[in-house]
Order: sequence, then structure tokens, then C-alpha cells
Amino acid sequence: MTTLASDTEEGAAPAREMSRPAIWWPRLRPVLLAVTFPLAMLAFWHFATVGRPGSLIPPPYEVWQELQDLAFGGINDDAYSKTLHIHLLASISRVYGGFALALVVALPLGMLIGRIPIVRQMLDPTIQILRPVPVTAWLPLAMIIFGLGPRSAFFLVFLGAFYPILVNTIFGVRSVEPRLFEAASMLGCTGPAQFFRVVLPAALPSIFTGMRLGLGFAWVVIVVGEMTGVQTGLGAIIMEARQLSRTEIVISGMIVIGAFGFLSDQLVMLIGRRLLAWSPSHG
Amino acid sequence: MAEATVPILEMKNVGKIYSQNGRAIEALRGANLKVKKGEFICLIGASGCGKSTLLRMAAGFEAATHGDNLMWGMPITGPGPSRGMVFQDYGLFPWLSVRDNIGFGPKSRGRTTAEIRETSDHFIELVGLQNFADVYPHQLSGGMKQRVAIARVLANDAEVVLMDEPFGALDAMTRERLQDELVEIWSRTGLTVLFVTHAIEEAIFLADRVVVMSPGPGRIDNEYIIDLPRARDTTSNEFNEWRRLLSSQLHSHHVRKAG
Repeated sequence: MTTLASDTEEGAAPAREMSRPAIWWPRLRPVLLAVTFPLAMLAFWHFATVGRPGSLIPPPYEVWQELQDLAFGGINDDAYSKTLHIHLLASISRVYGGFALALVVALPLGMLIGRIPIVRQMLDPTIQILRPVPVTAWLPLAMIIFGLGPRSAFFLVFLGAFYPILVNTIFGVRSVEPRLFEAASMLGCTGPAQFFRVVLPAALPSIFTGMRLGLGFAWVVIVVGEMTGVQTGLGAIIMEARQLSRTEIVISGMIVIGAFGFLSDQLVMLIGRRLLAWSPSHG
Repeated sequence: MAEATVPILEMKNVGKIYSQNGRAIEALRGANLKVKKGEFICLIGASGCGKSTLLRMAAGFEAATHGDNLMWGMPITGPGPSRGMVFQDYGLFPWLSVRDNIGFGPKSRGRTTAEIRETSDHFIELVGLQNFADVYPHQLSGGMKQRVAIARVLANDAEVVLMDEPFGALDAMTRERLQDELVEIWSRTGLTVLFVTHAIEEAIFLADRVVVMSPGPGRIDNEYIIDLPRARDTTSNEFNEWRRLLSSQLHSHHVRKAG
């Protein structure tokens, strides 16, 4: 049999032997570079605030103590000690709840708008006009419709995550290479089966980008959503602490939001890399 | 014997007119072509001669404006597994591994997982990609991608393989190797191949019959039966005579068009 497969050996070259620094330096370098800037900022913050009793901004060490007190108690023993988990859980449940609801609505809607011209003609203009309205501008209206409290926050998170998911889903299902439809149909895959075997997988990278952006927005919006009329949540304690001039609590809340927003993004990225290993820009 | 008399593909006085920005463009006029089962046919001509249009109509991607496109005497109404297409830009599904790309057709036809696996493994071996079965298309070279595209069509039991300048984007070495492999596979399987190219040498090397087309409007000018024995030697005198003949054929149209 003449398969003549010699060019199939490309890319299988054995890894060359490397010296020790050549192995650890490429790994250490990005870590060092990533850490330099925040350390410099931290030092600046420290020297700008330490030893100034009148400063409204506390030095990093006080924030660190407050963070520990919020999480585990035992330092200040005030109303905020050991309450972090309550606020964190409240915020996380709103972020992921609103995000999940946005997914449930935006994914099917985006697919319909992207693939069915009449749905697009009916809904797209409305969406294009509503989309530039900042999510935070919806807050007063949300409070009237959903009342003061967590339901408004939930709605804002939903809205914040909704648009990126919707827009990217529409883009994804619309920009499938026409060639792939031809390939599928000449292989016997036609009609609705094409949607599941061609459109959906082809749109997955875009949908995924939308989900990532949506989740990011959800974390942004949660603080605004929790700032009025909500008792628990990271946004709520930040607002409350501001009124009490407890800036160390404000900064602690910011740090926790940053950390969990980052973790949640990393989680999505991890899932994405698994799911999109086939895509040169994701895998 | 119906097969002996009825051609596997038949184009009867086929014409195609596109409208582009309100202007009508005649891509093909009065094309007649009969393809016998097992034949290897090359369509050759300058760009705009309608060779790709003819191929796409045989595939069922486009309908003729005039005339009939028939397979086994029945009108071609749309794309189907009996006519597999190999595109110049491969058209592989980037989210499927080599194995799953090749198994796409059998899966569409509701084969069991075990059958799909067996079929795809067989054709992976046929095109020599055993070591790359679980790799995604973006990790493959152009030649390997085109192997997958060919295997994908064969795995779907296509009777006719339609190839639209499939080796046009490949480097010369890879192109020659794939030409050899294609002839090998074709002679072993008894496939019918309709192959569009603009390379004269490729047409003479591959085809039983070369169909020469010319543009403005696209039409079939002439047909030549290449009676050179296989495997063909591209450096032989006979080969060069064919090359000269077809070259002058194709060149005369340029002159006529220019004048």
C-alpha cells in the first residue's frame, strides 16, 4: 500500500536537552514580572499613608488586619467581625444566579436572532437601542419594579451579563463559515441537524467569550446593585463602611471582589480551555 | 445492464446565469458532459470558464438556470452523500478531531458508534494519518488536511468524488505526492472522479479524459482522451506532446479573448 505518509512525521521532533536555568527561568520570569508592579504600588501605598493619623486611607497593614478580622474575627470584635462569609455568599449567589438566568435567556434568544431573519428583524433594532443604556442607569427603575432589596441587585446582574452573552451568541451563530454548511450537507447532514452539528460548535468560541465578559460584568454590577437597600453582600458592606468612614473595610471589600472575580474568571477560562482545545485562539 | 448505458453523471445543455448587483452574468452556456462510472475526468480552463460552477452544480450546491444535471438518469436536486466534494480550502470541521471529521458522514447517517469507529479507522489508515487520528485540523499541514478531506468523502461511500482545485494551495512536493496517492486510491476503489484544475500537467497526469473549457461565457470547448499508460511519467515525450497540445488549446482562447 502506498500511503507515502512520510510528511506525517512533522512536528514529532524530540525535545532537545535543556540546561537547568533554561528550564526554570521561562517559568519564573512571568511571575517576577507580574509581581513587580503590585509590590511597587503596595510600597507606595504604605509610605504614603503610614504614620499619618489624619489620613482617610489606612496603610496596607491595617487593611490586612481588617481583612483577617472580617474573615475570622478575633481582632476588633465589632459588628463586622467574622461576617465576610455571609456577605461573600450573598454576593456570589447573586452573581451566579443572575449570570445563570442571563445564560438561560440570552443563549436561546441569541441563537434565534442570529439564525432566523424574521426574529432578527423584529428584535434586533430594539436591542441595539437598549444596549447602550448603562446597566447602572436601570437601578432606579429596577427599584420601582422589583422593590428595594436583593431582587433589584439580582436584576442588575442579570442585565449586566445578558448583553455580552446575547451579542456574542448572535455574532457566533451568524458568522459560521458558509463552506462548513456545504461540507455538512454533502456529507448527509441537513436541516435541523446542521444547527446542532455545525452552527453550535462553530459558535462556541464566541459564546464562550460572551460568557466570560458577562460574568465579568456581573461582578462589576453586583456592587452597584447591593449599594441601596440591601443588608448583606460585599456591595452593602462597602457602602455601609463608607458611611461609617471605615475605609479599611471598604478596601477589604474591594480586595475580596477583585480576588473572587479573578478566581471566577480563571474557572471559566479553565472550562474554556477544555472545551475549546480545538480552537487555535483558545486551546 | 443499466450501469453500462446510463452515465453516472450527465449534464444536458446546462447553463447558469448569476445576477450580481442587478447585472446578469453568464457563468456557463450549453454544457454537455457524460461521465461513465469509474472515469477520472479533469476540467481545465482559465478562471471564469465555469469549471467550478459545473462542479458545484454536480454537487447540488447550485441549480442550473437551463438544462438538466442528472445522476444515474435522475435529476440532482441538492447536495448528498453520493457526491462528495473536496474543497481547495479543505472545509474541515475545526472542532472535530481527524477521526471525528472522517466519521462525520457515517454519523449523519445514523451508524452505530462501533461502525463509525471501524470506518474512520479504516480510512485514517488509507490516507496514512494513523499517528494523527486524535489531532485537530489546525495542528495539521495543508497536505494532511487535504488527506482528511479526501478520507472524509470516501468514508461516506461517495460514488462520485468532486474535487475543486484540491491541491492548488499546496507546495509542489506535497502536491505531487497527493496526486500519486489519489491515482492509487482511485485505481483501487473504482471511484468516479471529477477534478477541476488550472494546471495542465496535473490534468494530464491524473485524467482519463480532459475537458477543456473557456470563458466569456463559460463553455466546454473540447475533450481529450488521455491514453497514456499509468503510472504516468511526466518527463516522457508523449506526456510533453500532450502538454504542448493542451497548452496551445488553452492559449488560443487568451489570444481570441484579447483580440
